Amino acid sequence: MSTVVLLTLTGLGLAALYFLIASGLSLVFGLAGVLNFAHGLFLSVGAYVTWWAAPHLGLPLAVVSGVAAAAATGALTELVLIRPLYTRHTEQVLVTVGLSLAGVALLQSVWGADARVFPRPEWASHVTGVLGAQVPDDRFLLIGAAVLVLVALLAFLRFTRYGLVIRAGVENRAMVRALGIDVRTAFTLVFAIGGALAGLAGILGGMYFTSVSPGQGVSLLIFAFIVVVIGGLGSVTGSAVAAAGVGLLQQFVNYYGAAGAGDVSVVALLAVVLLLRPAGIAGKAVAA
Amino acid sequence: MSREPVLRVAGLSVRLGGSHILQGVTFDVAPAGVTALLGRNGAGKTTTLRAILGELPATGSVAYDGREILGRPTHRLVRDGLAYVPEDRGVFAGLTVAENLRLAERVPDPDYALVHELFPELATRAGQRAGTLSGGQQQMVAIARVLLNPNRLLLVDEPTKGLAPAVVTAVATVLARVAGRVPVLLVEQNLAVVRRLATDAVVVEAGRVAWRGAAGELLDDGEATRSLLGVGRH
Repeated sequence: MSTVVLLTLTGLGLAALYFLIASGLSLVFGLAGVLNFAHGLFLSVGAYVTWWAAPHLGLPLAVVSGVAAAAATGALTELVLIRPLYTRHTEQVLVTVGLSLAGVALLQSVWGADARVFPRPEWASHVTGVLGAQVPDDRFLLIGAAVLVLVALLAFLRFTRYGLVIRAGVENRAMVRALGIDVRTAFTLVFAIGGALAGLAGILGGMYFTSVSPGQGVSLLIFAFIVVVIGGLGSVTGSAVAAAGVGLLQQFVNYYGAAGAGDVSVVALLAVVLLLRPAGIAGKAVAA
Repeated sequence: MSREPVLRVAGLSVRLGGSHILQGVTFDVAPAGVTALLGRNGAGKTTTLRAILGELPATGSVAYDGREILGRPTHRLVRDGLAYVPEDRGVFAGLTVAENLRLAERVPDPDYALVHELFPELATRAGQRAGTLSGGQQQMVAIARVLLNPNRLLLVDEPTKGLAPAVVTAVATVLARVAGRVPVLLVEQNLAVVRRLATDAVVVEAGRVAWRGAAGELLDDGEATRSLLGVGRH
């Protein structure tokens, strides 16, 4: 029983990371139609800025700086690199892949390829007893942060004018323009939100893995893409459900199965979902 | 009242995927009443509306209230009062009726009094997802969205397509009322609706204007409607 509890909470912790990355990725693709391979860079920017700033500003302000830097990187990427290429999808992919590779190379050249020890709150190193299992408190940090983000994101989408524009734009952005709305502002906004969430995921990932390395963003991005596809492009709730499924499946199969079987099982789950429900759990057709 | 056209289209050409869809379309839209844009399926009517609205790359000239607008972004044209009701209605299925309307608000005091007077049903269905509405109800939402704001020209694409006869009559009645306030460029296949609403008509054939003149004159000419529109006398 205690093993199941520990695996469940660890799986949900991992799911929290996947959700934070995937929700931004999903909104960016759903609204702007951009498959953003540079999303992992936003994660690394958040993590490295926090790691660098923590000794100077203290951890809470460093976290704020990391999230802000990642959001700014997302917005700048959209304004400078993506905006001129909205009708050129092949070039978009090339630019975002190139930016991702260049970002990793830049981080390596500045701080080296080795992993750096990442700061974390002292209490996150403790454990709490839950139904007989000794669960590290960093799992609760991850899960709590993801739940807060989910609630805030859903409230933003439901109750604000920009949220309304984003939800409509995910369905049919041409029609949003035909109502007199400059949908490009919403594009920049979702890149900034996606960047901020990825940056937060990078910071929490650093606390969870206790280290940060230049390639961390890219490796987490692969599973986030799987979560986006399973959850349905453009759906925040779908991303949350899919992230939970992927995180739990990966943890349980990795523990009870052969080494690496967890990752294989996630890919198998993706294949099954694509066969049975090609648009994902909450997916709908996205119009131009 | 000035009789200058509200919209002057000259030599409008559109190429898509190697096809020359519009080949120098030229016509005017009167500053009042309904101008019908007619033609067989695939003649280029919807392409003409979308090119005017900046949704498609086009060459030629489109003057709106005397100002050249070709190449201007769609959202700016709409903010300048060029409103659009698309052929597929463009209703956001995942949003409620109220959200669809709220999204379309462009002014501080949107005219909900007019919308609820013309479509009282929308008030009672405010919380219903638009995707669950009937075709006629969705058309009400699509038209209501443009009526919330002050407009100087409406582009309306096949508003009666796929609707039951009773709903067609209701939509035509609303459009007649709207046309009393703002000029309308109407794409329509239902010639009974055209006869009821339109003062002027433009017929597009294979990407070119094949006929221009008074709508009544065209509809009274059985040979012209047969040869240009492929239908018998109405």
